[in-house]
Amino acid sequence: MNHSDDPPRPSRRRLLAGAAGLAAAGVVGRARANDANLPPNVASWSKTLGDGVGVRPYGKPSPFEKDVVRRDVQWLTASRESSVSFTPLHDLDGIITPNGLCFERHHGGITEIDPHDYRLMLHGLVDKPLIFTLEDLKRLPRVNRIYFLECAANSGMEWRGAQLNGCQYTHGMIHCVMYTGVPLKLLLEQAGLKTNAKWLHVEGGDSSGMNRSLPLHKALDDCMIAYRQNGEMLRPEQGYPVRLVVPGWEGNIWIKWLRRIKVGDEPWYTREETSKYTDLLENGKARKFTFEMDAKSVITSPSPQVPVKGKGFLVISGLAWSGRGKVTRVDVSLDGGRNWRTAKIDGPVLDKSCVRFYAETEWNGQELLLQSRAMDDTGYVQPTKDDLRKIRGVNSIYHNNGIQTWAVKPNGEVENVEVG
Amino acid sequence: MSKWASLLAAAALAVSASAFAQSPKPQNYGIGTQATPEQIAGWDIDVRPDGVGLPPGKGSVKDGEKVYLERCAACHGEFGESAGRWPQLAQGKGTLATHDPVKTVGSYFPYAASFFDYIRRAMPFGDAQSLSNNEIYAVTAFILNLNDIVDDNFVLSKETWSKVKMPNEGGFFDDDRKVAEKAFWNSKPCMKDCRPPVKITGHASVIDVTPDDKSIRKGGVE
Repeated sequence: MNHSDDPPRPSRRRLLAGAAGLAAAGVVGRARANDANLPPNVASWSKTLGDGVGVRPYGKPSPFEKDVVRRDVQWLTASRESSVSFTPLHDLDGIITPNGLCFERHHGGITEIDPHDYRLMLHGLVDKPLIFTLEDLKRLPRVNRIYFLECAANSGMEWRGAQLNGCQYTHGMIHCVMYTGVPLKLLLEQAGLKTNAKWLHVEGGDSSGMNRSLPLHKALDDCMIAYRQNGEMLRPEQGYPVRLVVPGWEGNIWIKWLRRIKVGDEPWYTREETSKYTDLLENGKARKFTFEMDAKSVITSPSPQVPVKGKGFLVISGLAWSGRGKVTRVDVSLDGGRNWRTAKIDGPVLDKSCVRFYAETEWNGQELLLQSRAMDDTGYVQPTKDDLRKIRGVNSIYHNNGIQTWAVKPNGEVENVEVG
Repeated sequence: MSKWASLLAAAALAVSASAFAQSPKPQNYGIGTQATPEQIAGWDIDVRPDGVGLPPGKGSVKDGEKVYLERCAACHGEFGESAGRWPQLAQGKGTLATHDPVKTVGSYFPYAASFFDYIRRAMPFGDAQSLSNNEIYAVTAFILNLNDIVDDNFVLSKETWSKVKMPNEGGFFDDDRKVAEKAFWNSKPCMKDCRPPVKITGHASVIDVTPDDKSIRKGGVE
């Protein structure tokens, strides 16, 4: 009797055989197809049962995508706790970064906070100092917004020339997600601001006690107290349970593990906004409070980690963003910036968010010098690296939004280069 | 609440495109608990350049040397010269306008508050907020002394705070990108024959510092 409606229960032996088969065939990371799975043969996965529901209660990507991970550059920093990892931009498309791939930047390691013990203190020049629990914050009205978050030091290793091969390393200190949380303005309203309030001191609960001064006008404009990211609660790497969202501004001010907001009448000149996130120019003077991230773009494919796979039709794809507003246009050059054409933007175009662009071409083994150039709705045009260096020198570290060049070689390999 | 009304009106004028411009009248949801002075005192650790926020206490250069050698020197070096890749705290004067700028307390920090506050909240690395107020004053005084900013007999406290003048206090200016980089705002960028043919002038592969990444696929064209 064939009860075809009853799925046969997979035996333990069968599961083990399946796992062994996967390992034996070396399918994870194997370079070539297995002929046994190709037509006219019936593929192995067409004949066996897969995992049932609940076997993967919190899903993970396919094991065949195991290389799509954050990576770090170990020589960059003195310790792994105060360091950075990079988003694999070359392996993503669209504008949303999956939570597990958002680059990390910690100054005292990944802080783990029990949500029951979490408190946010709001005090200073207010009518009524307040303490909020996580549940308090979740009870307040909430909003959803998609924003990019870029570290001010993104591309900072490239000020003096092409150094790292791969947009993951040159541009991977950025991610773009949907945040859910409370407008900071609404939170401040609960405490009531004094009339001399001008700046906020925002502070994290990690062991670096990360602190920055935030101008009140920005806090009242579009800042958020976020507890969710792409729907789920923030990951610990991104400040669980609560972080500050400061749209369009350098990532260092998006305080993670936010524990305290103090209202004041002057900035604090914290270590981060003096010795670190200031932009040292050629003459030895430094710009301070350079909050906005300028318009910027990068071609994510092809790129050094994603060589061209074959002659003929080629889709060039990349990301663009601006901390000053919306990206209105992205141009692409195949000859190092001599001639340009306007790329197609596909997907949502939102304020202080990433956009995805595409340019299609034919490639027949000729050398290309690929560049992209973003424009935003303030009229700002992403500058060349040389134009940027003429004004800022090469000591700046932060805010390098110069146009990136990828050289595509006749064999399809791609390299990070400088052109002149 | 009248304060609020006027403040919000001003803010609405200043920021016409506010993402959260809703009702001009703020609503109080009655959510959150009033913070007590004791609760605030336990967490209120920030210090401003004008000395607002400084805790009670004091510390001498001499006492600071002892704290520094025990708690700081392993990373920052006995003379603030840095051990390994940890931040250098002393020397570096006269380097900011060169292509090898060394940013230290003496050469770069504009205010003593910028590192007093940092030591108080984040140092020693891995053992944050373990120093007493006197130890923070003392080690700050010692680091100032390493940078020749105060003499060997100096004692740092609320009372002597204003005597500390940092060499690079005047080294910073407000973001001027909208003026200095005005040329980058150009609604009609060049599209054709914008420059002579370009040459490759630098290769990342020559520098060869990219982490070894076995997942990188080679070109597929044979």
